[in-house]
Amino acid sequence: MPDGRPDLPLTYRILHEPRAVFGLIVLALMLLAAVFAPWLSPHDPLEQDLLSSFLPPSWQANGDPVFLLGTDNLGRDIVSRLIYGARTALIVALVAAALAALLGTVLGMLAGFYGGKTDMLISRAVDIWMSFPAVLLSIVLVAVIGAGLHAVIIAIVIIDWTRFCRVIRAETMVQKERDYVSSAVTIGLPRVRILFQEIFPNLIPLLIVLLTLEMGIAIVVETILSFVGLSVASDTPTWGNLIQEGRQYIHQVPWLLGLPVACVVLTVLGLNALGDGIKEVIDPETRQ
Amino acid sequence: MSHWYLINRLLLALPTLLGAVTITFVLLRVVPGDPIAMMTGPGATEADIAQLRAHYGLDQSIVDQFIIYLGQLFTGDFGTSISLRQDVGELIAGRLPVTVELVVIAMCIAVGFALILALKGVYWRDRWPERLIDSFIGVIVAIPDFLWALSLILILGVAIPVMPIFGRMDLTISFDSWTNFYLIESLLRGRFEVTRSVLYHMVLPALSLALPLMAITARVLKSCLNAEMNREYITLARTRGFGRLRIIYREALRNALVPATALSGVQFTFLIGGTVLVERIFGYPGIGNMAIDAVINRDLPLIQGLVLTFAVLFILVNLFIDICITLIDPRLRYA
Repeated sequence: MPDGRPDLPLTYRILHEPRAVFGLIVLALMLLAAVFAPWLSPHDPLEQDLLSSFLPPSWQANGDPVFLLGTDNLGRDIVSRLIYGARTALIVALVAAALAALLGTVLGMLAGFYGGKTDMLISRAVDIWMSFPAVLLSIVLVAVIGAGLHAVIIAIVIIDWTRFCRVIRAETMVQKERDYVSSAVTIGLPRVRILFQEIFPNLIPLLIVLLTLEMGIAIVVETILSFVGLSVASDTPTWGNLIQEGRQYIHQVPWLLGLPVACVVLTVLGLNALGDGIKEVIDPETRQ
Repeated sequence: MSHWYLINRLLLALPTLLGAVTITFVLLRVVPGDPIAMMTGPGATEADIAQLRAHYGLDQSIVDQFIIYLGQLFTGDFGTSISLRQDVGELIAGRLPVTVELVVIAMCIAVGFALILALKGVYWRDRWPERLIDSFIGVIVAIPDFLWALSLILILGVAIPVMPIFGRMDLTISFDSWTNFYLIESLLRGRFEVTRSVLYHMVLPALSLALPLMAITARVLKSCLNAEMNREYITLARTRGFGRLRIIYREALRNALVPATALSGVQFTFLIGGTVLVERIFGYPGIGNMAIDAVINRDLPLIQGLVLTFAVLFILVNLFIDICITLIDPRLRYA
């Protein structure tokens, strides 16, 4: 473990942290699948072939080599649906996590830096927010906004900004007491500039960790909403839609549920490992 | 502990409840779907629809609706479900015991295993079993209850079909419950085949809910225990020749429990939120499963009642944890 070598560059240390590497590999695979989905998938994910529905993976008896991992109830190719599902998942993860981070970070920084009434107002809002069951709130929100990817993203942002807000607020309060802030005050820099140009760069490592973790959460939330039938229309291939179909035919075709579940679990584990790995590299104090 | 403390805590919860009721009420009134249209179908005349609207109070302004609703809540009237056409209070009262039993069992599993993991981890400190426990916790904590539910179904329901994956008990058993607390009631009435079936059906959903909570509690408790192990009184106990086991159980655990309970308390409320999906996945007839149906059917009074029920459960769990902390820590008992 290179933990005693803070002199080495950050990227080097991250690349030598096994968990971070595992996470980066998972993320890279997902990125590949998402960007090159039309070229990678052997079939159109929506193309139905009712004569070959419920085909098992190709290496099993009755399997068809044309459909590598088998087909679903409408004879759609599962590999292609999984690959396109990665695209949906990645879009939701990136956009929702970035927006939640933006909202939460700005509010958290303001609360932590200005304190007083600003802090009280924002902290109180966070408390009330956290008293809702998040899952129920997201379901109600999507029911209100209407189904669709944008609704899923808005729901995630509305619910999860508090995760960023709480942590960033606490860290801003820590940074505020550091010497460099006092120096900046002494030389008469405007407060807004101190907050965004001096303090903010020091929050970035923490923000990256939170973002990585939030991406995992966003993917799970999208899956959940698809599963409940409230995300995108069922003809858009998402992992959640596959899971929802798979749950119905679990006894006949367990792989229909197993494959998308494996994808989500692997992604979530990867993103978590990446977050933990980066956290360990940038902040050795979190270790016991 | 004084009664005043409890009463004070309950009073403090009222604004939160009011906030939850207000936010859901306002949110739900801007829902685009029309519950009456979904209820009547295409054959209904304008007059029929208007009459139903008036019946459910949907023809009045949002402010008026809210005032009427609050007044009804005060008298214990939760309104009538639009999709099921029954009293919301009765509907929830019928389903609540199912969820409560599941949640209590899940929390017991979580706390039990968390204690074992944390204590074993500290006992084997700085040796390979500790690292094994740490990585085990790390993997479990990363996967949310929803994915545990699906994974457990695949592993223990389909690949090795040893556990039931649907419903609350075998449909072949008939059991006329008075309270809907099947577990307790069947034990009291001596219907042990019911108890067995209910427990058996509960294993996978309870485990799905318990695993993430178990992992996070174990992690918090373990780091609190490790912090205690570095304190002077532990060194003193060691020099007095007490055994390692005794030191961990009788000395460190007592002191570690207070911060550990305080830190992991929030996680227990997350478990309640988790019932929504886990019950759905396992076809478990509790309030969580009902909530999803209510949202899909745009059943405003029922959603409203259920959100309120969840908020009350949240507050009760928080209160319970506060009471636990005061019971564990004698200093807080008279504070």
